[in-house]
Amino acid sequence: MSHLTDLPSWAAILVCALLLLGAAMTLIGSLGLIRLPSFYDRLHAPTITTSGGTLLVCLASILCFAILQSRWIFHELLIIFFITATTPVMLMLLGQAALYRDRLEKPRDVPQKPVPLSMADSQ
Amino acid sequence: MRAWFPYPLLSTALLGIWLLLNQSVAPGTLLVGLVLSTVLAWVAVKLQPKRSHLNRLRTIAGFVLLVAVDILRSNIAVAGIILRSRGQAVRSGFVSVDCDLQDENALAVLACILTATPGTAWLEYDSRQKKLLVHLLDLEDEPAWRRTLERYEASLKEIFQ
Repeated sequence: MSHLTDLPSWAAILVCALLLLGAAMTLIGSLGLIRLPSFYDRLHAPTITTSGGTLLVCLASILCFAILQSRWIFHELLIIFFITATTPVMLMLLGQAALYRDRLEKPRDVPQKPVPLSMADSQ
Repeated sequence: MRAWFPYPLLSTALLGIWLLLNQSVAPGTLLVGLVLSTVLAWVAVKLQPKRSHLNRLRTIAGFVLLVAVDILRSNIAVAGIILRSRGQAVRSGFVSVDCDLQDENALAVLACILTATPGTAWLEYDSRQKKLLVHLLDLEDEPAWRRTLERYEASLKEIFQ
């Protein structure tokens, strides 16, 4: 990667800033996993990593290689798109599993499953 | 036309992904991409995905911008909450809202947006009673968040119907 020295200094500073910010976001997301008290709170922490962190690191990558090769580079956008499109699946799965378990074990702490309309009428 | 291109949007998106991955628009790449996107759309017919129509490109552009700004703002807000969370307890909790989106694809887009926005986690959607169960990290913002969701819902309805 010695050709990274070809990067003009303004671009290098910008890329560095984006990269460091992205890394900081990812670190904060991981920190949240340790610090936040309940499982549902901890569901929020990784989304900082997947939205802010990914976005900033990918922007840095786009900028760096677009300037080095002096052409437009967009395929990092695919990373952003696929991460955004696939995280909900994992998070919903985790959330549903936790809800299912908590409804059985400590039903006071979590909202109950809405009763189907026909059953609510007969009660 | 319909028989050859059953899902024009899907085909276009696949072609776009193919060109991006190859990073070229050379005739050979374009040809392979066209063949692939057409054939994969035929495969998708077997899966019978729900069809929905996109309209109002200007609304879409405005909506994307709005969502991007919201995601940015909540990223900063949640980062602040996590950094301060050692001192005070977080006031988080469940919120149940009415959400009347008919289109399955619109619901999927809403799920992606809510998940990409730190501070909101999509937990459950009851399609019979149109109730959406969400976990909010910061309950202080609840009224503002409800307004945001209503705005998203209105825009998505306009785009998908």
